[in-house]
Amino acid sequence: MSGPQNVSEPIPGTHLFDGDAAAKGFELNAMCYSFNNAANRQAFLDDEEAYCAKFHLTPEQRKAVAERSVLGMIAAGGNIYYLAKLAGIFGLNVQDVGSMQTGVPVDDFKAMLLAQGAGQTYDEAHGAMIGKEKVHG
Amino acid sequence: MAEIVGAYFTSHVPAIGGAIHKGLQQEPYWKPFFDGFHKVHEWLAQVKPDVAIVFNNDHGLNFFLDKMPTFAVGAAAEYHNADEGWGLPIYKPFAGHTELSWHIINSLVEDEFDITTCQKMLVDHALSIPFELAWPDVEAWPVKIVPFAINTVQHPLPSAKRCLALGQAVNKALQSWTGDERIVIIGTGGLSHQLDGERAGFINRDYDTFCMDNLSVDPVALTKDSIHEMVRKAGTQGVEVLNWIAARGALGQAPVQEIHRNYHIPISNTAAATMLMEPA
Repeated sequence: MSGPQNVSEPIPGTHLFDGDAAAKGFELNAMCYSFNNAANRQAFLDDEEAYCAKFHLTPEQRKAVAERSVLGMIAAGGNIYYLAKLAGIFGLNVQDVGSMQTGVPVDDFKAMLLAQGAGQTYDEAHGAMIGKEKVHG
Repeated sequence: MAEIVGAYFTSHVPAIGGAIHKGLQQEPYWKPFFDGFHKVHEWLAQVKPDVAIVFNNDHGLNFFLDKMPTFAVGAAAEYHNADEGWGLPIYKPFAGHTELSWHIINSLVEDEFDITTCQKMLVDHALSIPFELAWPDVEAWPVKIVPFAINTVQHPLPSAKRCLALGQAVNKALQSWTGDERIVIIGTGGLSHQLDGERAGFINRDYDTFCMDNLSVDPVALTKDSIHEMVRKAGTQGVEVLNWIAARGALGQAPVQEIHRNYHIPISNTAAATMLMEPA
């Protein structure tokens, strides 16, 4: 009910960070925004439970953070630009985060990106990545 | 009278900063991207700008969701980078051109663009990395800046049509500026990429090619899609092409010519692109 863009066809695998998500995710994103400060990153590592409590994460957000579930954090209103700062605490880059969201090993995710560079469309490269995962995963 | 010497567009992927820091420019993964900058260096040495109007987007360094301006304009004497949380080096500060900032702000508001003015504004990798690429190894940046931050984070985003109009209004402001500066317009970000969701890793060469083919000769062609359709075609973060569209608007409505293009997939999760344009 929040705008004319909602009449558009949904985009598969894509979660627009709109007003509903921004409202839902405020506490989680606020915590992640605090990670611009090195002392706050250390405080999270020292006592994750207390740090999450300080930012009043919702139970859904706390569970997603505890499970290191990127898709769970996005479903709980997390925005990727802020979540990237949480990922950074664990030394994870955007290929790692891509691997976590697509459910394939990071090398397969990187291969999918390289395949697009070699001329495959996203659908071709993504299909091959998922097909490989079904055989070996 | 001030002269607009042209425009420089490039991606601002954080990993580029890491590659510069580690000196990886000639590694096979990075070389196709960095080799696209020889021409940029030559061109900048030739046109010698002393002011840059930069259209970019904040990634949660300066702006949080408590206050999220659609269009923010810097009016500071200095702009600083800071810790973004994931290990990039802290980049050099930038000198602002406050008089020109206020001239542009006054002109934009006169033209009914209700922008947010910022006398303090941290600038993140989206501004620093394009400068590191353009002027590697300088001790201080050779240009003063007027930075624009466009909201590409929280929907609703401004339409491509509105971003082009914003840029055109900036061009109008520059036309009435009486200084004698040599001004370069810079647009950063993109091209197609998506970091979040099950579609993470999405890249779209066809759409990027459409954008690059039309940006110089028919920028209005890039404004026909809704933001939703742009996300479909460019990816959730590929909408950063809005910065390019605004920058193209700031070049003005007289004909411009593309003088350089480099496009490479992938840099990190992104289709990386670099372009130069000049007045025809």
